[in-house]
Amino acid sequence: MNFDWAAIPAALPDLLAGLQVTILISMSGLIAGLIIGALTGTALTYGRVLNALARGYVGLIRGTPIVVQVMFIYFALPMLADLRISGVNAAIITIALNSGAFFAEIVRGALQGIPNGLREAGLAMGLPFWRVLFYVLAPLAVRRAIPALGNQVISSIKDTAIFLVIGVAELTREGQAIMSANFKTVEIWSTVAVIYLLLISAVAGLLRLLERGTATP
Amino acid sequence: MIHFEGTIKRYGDHTILSGVDLKITQGEVVVIIGPSGSGKSTLLRCINGLERISGGDLKVDGISVLGSSAQLRQIRLEAGMVFQQFNLFPHLTALENVMFGPIRARGQSKVEAREIAAQLLDKVGLSNRQHHYPSQLSGGQQQRVAIARALAVQPKLILFDEPTSALDPELRHEVLKVMQALAAEGMTMVVVTHEIGFARTVGSRLLFMDGGKIAHDGPPVDLLSNPPSQRLQEFLQHIH
Repeated sequence: MNFDWAAIPAALPDLLAGLQVTILISMSGLIAGLIIGALTGTALTYGRVLNALARGYVGLIRGTPIVVQVMFIYFALPMLADLRISGVNAAIITIALNSGAFFAEIVRGALQGIPNGLREAGLAMGLPFWRVLFYVLAPLAVRRAIPALGNQVISSIKDTAIFLVIGVAELTREGQAIMSANFKTVEIWSTVAVIYLLLISAVAGLLRLLERGTATP
Repeated sequence: MIHFEGTIKRYGDHTILSGVDLKITQGEVVVIIGPSGSGKSTLLRCINGLERISGGDLKVDGISVLGSSAQLRQIRLEAGMVFQQFNLFPHLTALENVMFGPIRARGQSKVEAREIAAQLLDKVGLSNRQHHYPSQLSGGQQQRVAIARALAVQPKLILFDEPTSALDPELRHEVLKVMQALAAEGMTMVVVTHEIGFARTVGSRLLFMDGGKIAHDGPPVDLLSNPPSQRLQEFLQHIH
């Protein structure tokens, strides 16, 4: 076959518009997911009452495919609760809830890996537990968890591709739309793949900088 | 200053402290020895509430360890602790470790805290290690930073939980010297240790614990020179 190079610049404006939507969903969803994950992970590790709730949430998310989760939020929730959610918002909520559960497990693992003596050292100085958590345990846990958190960030960015099932105009959906109009299958999917690759590489680079910047001897 | 009244500590069916009565007054340097499992570390950790007592009472400066969490924090501000494993915060430098208590527990300003911390690191002979992280310090140096960190909160007494047990013999000396200097300044100290030499020369009082009880309580020189029981005599032979 002939690789039609001209198809790429023609598709690029739409694909880049899709990339913007992908970035918007990823960033908003992941920021919310990190907050959910930090709180849930802390509850999993130290909580008494909230612990059961946190475990239920993590179990539910880990036990169901993300496609089912977004279908539920986008199609089922409006019927159950009379709640209309736009596609983009459903996508953001899905990423937030989904990544939040995985972040929670990472945070729990990191917190549990911190020697108990450090918690005791903080408490023995007369600090309330939340301060020990905030100033000692959390900074140490974050440092330990950056590689694993980074993996989940990358995973979640790629997960946004499945939102084509609810018609959100993210990168993969844009690619599919262009492809079905001009049938340049190889050209379009190659370009889509390269755009994802560049995005993920940039994110991976930032994560590496973050890891290096927070390292202590 | 510290008042055990029939203090009991149990883990499940296992009794660690079986009714301890003990009064420690200001300025005493109480050294606690005893075989492992005799309850000496537990006794120490009950004083600042790291272990919750199961029965009886225990008061520090008139405040019961069974009180509210605010009261427990008050006790902890007054009773500093030095751990066997040092437990320095690995993400902070030596100076920041010592500044931590004044800022986070006492609410002092950074400027004040830095001044206090620099003075204390100087006192423990580490003014040239201010900006080193714990991982860059020897065990003896880490333990001296830990002592400075405990002092920085300005406690009325310090609890030492086997402070030299994790150290090589040649590094113990530098930590014991700092502790001796503290005792000479009149600091109230409760020290769980196997350092009989320290007990003899620095201790004002020696407790021998056995089976969750205080078996002997008296002046170190008397107990060590003339052990009043077969049990203590055997114990002392084993650690020498």
